[in-house]
This record gives sequence, C-alpha cells and structure tokens, in this order.
Amino acid sequence: MARQPQAAITDRLQRARQLHLGLWLLLGCAALLSLSSGASAVSIDTIFAALSGQALSPMEEVVLYSIRLPRLVLGILVGAALAVSGAVMQGLFRNPLADPGLVGVSAGAGLGAVAAIVLGGSVAWLGFAGIYLVPLAAFFGGWGSTMLLYQVATWHGRTSVATMLLAGIALGALAGAASGILVYMADDAQLRDLTFWGLGSLAGATWAKIAAAGPIIVIALLATPFLARGLNGLALGEAAAHHMGIPVQRVKSAAILSVAAATGAAVAVSGGIGFVGIVVPHLLRLATGPDHRMLLPNAAVLGAALLVLADLISRVVIAPAELPIGIVTAILGAPVFLWILLRRRGGMGL
Amino acid sequence: MSLRGENISLSLGKAQILRQVQFEAQPGKVTAIVGPNGSGKTTLLRALTGEVPFQGTVRLNGQDTARMKPWELAAERAVLPQNTVLAFPFTVIEVVRMGLMAGLSSEVETLPSRALAAVGLQGYENRFCQELSGGEQQRVQLARILVQVWEPTGPNGARWLLLDEPVSALDIGHQLTVMGLMRAYARRGGGVVAVMHDLNLTAMAADHMVVMARGQMIAQGPVSDVLTDQVLHQAYGCALRVNTAPQSGGVFVLPQSAGKVA
Repeated sequence: MARQPQAAITDRLQRARQLHLGLWLLLGCAALLSLSSGASAVSIDTIFAALSGQALSPMEEVVLYSIRLPRLVLGILVGAALAVSGAVMQGLFRNPLADPGLVGVSAGAGLGAVAAIVLGGSVAWLGFAGIYLVPLAAFFGGWGSTMLLYQVATWHGRTSVATMLLAGIALGALAGAASGILVYMADDAQLRDLTFWGLGSLAGATWAKIAAAGPIIVIALLATPFLARGLNGLALGEAAAHHMGIPVQRVKSAAILSVAAATGAAVAVSGGIGFVGIVVPHLLRLATGPDHRMLLPNAAVLGAALLVLADLISRVVIAPAELPIGIVTAILGAPVFLWILLRRRGGMGL
Repeated sequence: MSLRGENISLSLGKAQILRQVQFEAQPGKVTAIVGPNGSGKTTLLRALTGEVPFQGTVRLNGQDTARMKPWELAAERAVLPQNTVLAFPFTVIEVVRMGLMAGLSSEVETLPSRALAAVGLQGYENRFCQELSGGEQQRVQLARILVQVWEPTGPNGARWLLLDEPVSALDIGHQLTVMGLMRAYARRGGGVVAVMHDLNLTAMAADHMVVMARGQMIAQGPVSDVLTDQVLHQAYGCALRVNTAPQSGGVFVLPQSAGKVA
C-alpha cells in the first residue's frame, strides 16, 4: 500500500483551548464595563486604582462594593451555572435542544418561588426564613422535582432518557398548573412580585444571595470536568459508552445532580433567565466542536460573559429605569437559536 | 483463556429469547454466530458484552464479567454495535480518538490514523461522521474499537473484538478488507467473535461457528463440520445445499439450491 502523505488533521480541541483564553479576556472586558457603567460614574481608572489598593471615596466604595460588585459576581455565577447546566443536560440527553427547562427543573423551581411569594405571608412558621424565603423555596422546588423525576425515570438502576424527557414534560405541566392556581389566589402586590421574579433579574444581587447560591453553583461546576469523558462517550449511545469503559449509571446520576444543583441555585437567585443554557453550548459547538472536555469550561466562561453583558444592556438601555434581564437574553438568544435551527435543519440531523 | 458463556438464559416479558446457551470462543480464532432473524444471535452477543441483564455466567479470560468494572472490561474487549447513532457533529478523528482514551493501549498519537487506514478511510480524519454513508460510519466505529484494543494480547491474555454484523452494511470490497482485519487480529493471538448474516462470508472468514435457532444453540464447531445441509435446514427451515468451491476448497451456499421463489 502506497504511503499517503500525512494530511493535516484539524485539532479542534487545541482550538478550543485557545478560545478558552479569549473567552476569559471577553469576560474580563465585560466585567470592567459592567463595573464602570451605571447611574453614578465610576471610571475604569478608578477601578484599576482600587485594584492596586488605593483608597476610594466613600461614595465610590458603596457603589462598587455594595452594588456593582455583588451584581457582577452573581451574574458570573448564574451565567456559568445556566450555560454549563445546558451543556451537561444536552450531553446527557444526546440532544442539542435539551435544557434544564425541559425536564422540569426550572418549572419546579418556579413553583417553589411562586408558592413562597403567594403563601409566604400567610404561613406564619415560614416567616423566619425572611428574605431567603423565595430563593430557598425555588431551590428546593427545582431539586425536589429533579429527584421525583429521577425516581420516575429510573428502573432497576437504569435511567431511560425518553421516559425522563416525557416525565419531565408531565411534571413541568403539573408544576405550571399548580403555579397557575397560586397566581389566581395572589393579590395585586403579590402579582407584581411574581411578574418581576418570572422575568428574571440580577437587580436584587446582594452578598447574602451570593453566599447562599455561590457555593452550590461552584461545587456543581467543579464536578462537571469529571463528566466530560463520560458525556463524550454517551454521544455514541449508552451501550457504546459502557463498552468504552465508562461507568454510565454513575455519570448519569452525577450529571443529573450537578444540573439540579446549579440550575436550582441559579433560578433561585435570579428568576427565569432563558436561552443562556441553549445558545451558549450551541455557539461553542459550532466554533470548536462538541468535545465536552473543553465545551464545559468554555461554556462556563462564555455563559458568564454573556450574562454580564446582558445585564449591562438591561441596566443602560432605558436608564435610569431597568429592563429585566430575561427580556434581554430572550431578545438576544431567541433569534440566534432560530438561526442555528434554520442553518442546521437540512444538514446534520439536529 | 477464552470467552465462555455458561447457561445463558434471557427472557423479555414472557418471551424466552435465550435458553441455556453454552458458548465458548477461543483466542486465535474467528468465531461466527449465525442463525435466522430472531434466533437470538445478537442478544447472545449482548449478553456476552454485558449490555443486557441475563441469567448465567460470562467468563472473559477466566474472570466473571459481572464482577468486572466497565474500564476493566474495556481494556480487554471492544464491542462494535450493529449501528451507532452519533448525537453531536464529531469529526472522524475525534470519534476514533475516543477509542484511544477508553482502552489501555499505549497512547500512540498515530494510532487513530493507522486504524483509519486499516479500514480504508485514510484522509477522512477531518470529515464529519454524520455526513458519511452508513458503511463508512460503520468502518469509523470499527477503527475506534480497533484503537481500543490495538494489541491483540495484553497482561491478562488475549484481547477480544466482539462484532455485531461487522460487514453487513459494507460493499464486497470492504467486506473482504474487514474480514481480513478480523483474521489478522485472530492470527496475532486475539479473540474475534462476530454475529454474521451472510453464510458464504462466514464460511470464508470464520474458523469456528455457532448456529442459533429459536433461542437455542443447535450446533457449534469448526465451519466445515457445522456448515452442513442438515444443520442449515434445521436452522433456517429451507433446503439449502452446501457445496465446495473448486479452487480454494472452501464451502459455499447458493440460495438457488433451495428451489424456486414462489
């Protein structure tokens, strides 16, 4: 056999590593922009001065450390959590359109939040939870619905993806119906709260919220690199992944847990912010391929950068008023999503 | 050192798919599992690979596979499924490289390209798997599992290729290529078990043959002993006649011998 000249093999993993550095740069720029923009002017020079340890005026200190920095940190956490959860869920379900919203995690979290807003005042013994009530209820709602879903879809130690998707639709509908009943019971003030929560916002960012959601999100994100190889194998099917030496059940359980934790915590502190979990992994797959070893870390950084930028837009576009961030991500994300669908529908069996 | 299935039984609901099958394959030989549609040959392979729950014991080089971890199994045997549906747009080289990280063969960077050349796909590295034809995709998967157990023998004895209809989607030229690979792997000390559809290709490629019918093993042994008019009639329920090819001396089966169609 004649020896063929070695063709240049495109190494998309290498490209993805280079992209990773670029994404950190993007996140850095987004962070600086976010810290320096808003109702009161804090110049980028001032931020660098603060970074190098110089004292700030009391006014600047309050704006930076109590308002903008917690908001930035929360945006980074939530953006990374939503994007990585989307990527993991898509890998698990072997479907680029799967999303935590699809399997009822978000619906369950929503039911928790709605219940807390509508019933919170009337159930006296819940009062001690104070301002944590809505975030906590949303987190437990998301977590509970995932656990219930897992019980329904797992039989003799095996999780059927089809059953899980269908059960997720049913549970999501049930949670939506229950939320609807609660909305009927709500008074006008509660309805305003509900609307605001449902649209999603980072406006309520505080260090306390970060302390509540941050550790959960960080732990969930740190667990995902260990899933990357397993998710790559699952792209060939569960049996093939097993034959390749991947402990399939363990990978699936870990993926479900990390998604439930990250999404639940993110929805709890920011409400329903859509499209990050679907658009970010899609863009990255187009750019550098579906290898989860770099897709997951890149999704974390791009998701964070995207949400920080979306938050920035939501703050400046109708200043001094503020647009809920869910509207911004939907306006930016939905057309991108449709464009991806149209581009791919003939081709690769999306 | 062998691949043994002891008293393999398997039921799905009320239907019994496998009844008390005693299977044995030796390294250094190509073992073919043949039988009519629904005879349980693919299910037998799935039991041997641990893909489906079953009653009985499967021993891989003496070890009970039920007690082995997935990665221990992966180091000793690779499995080619009948067809693989890829969920995301991976390129050919990315899929073949997955075999590299699954198995324990020393991580040689050139191995994936060599495996692709072996299955007749050199130059396909950057193509998207989902854009290839069915036969090409099947050969990409074959390259992946070749990479997984590249060396036919390892510290625990022979390594194994378990193949579910490895040639049925291929054209005649590539059927011969792939059967050549199977024979070469066995000649170098590895074990090869393949579910086969085509009796003539089986007669060419296999040393040992297992005939399944209605969930039971009705014959096993060297091809020349098993491939007889009587066994084929018992398995397929039609009067096939086995002949000997004039030059090679191998046996062949002509469907024409079964008489007119309708």
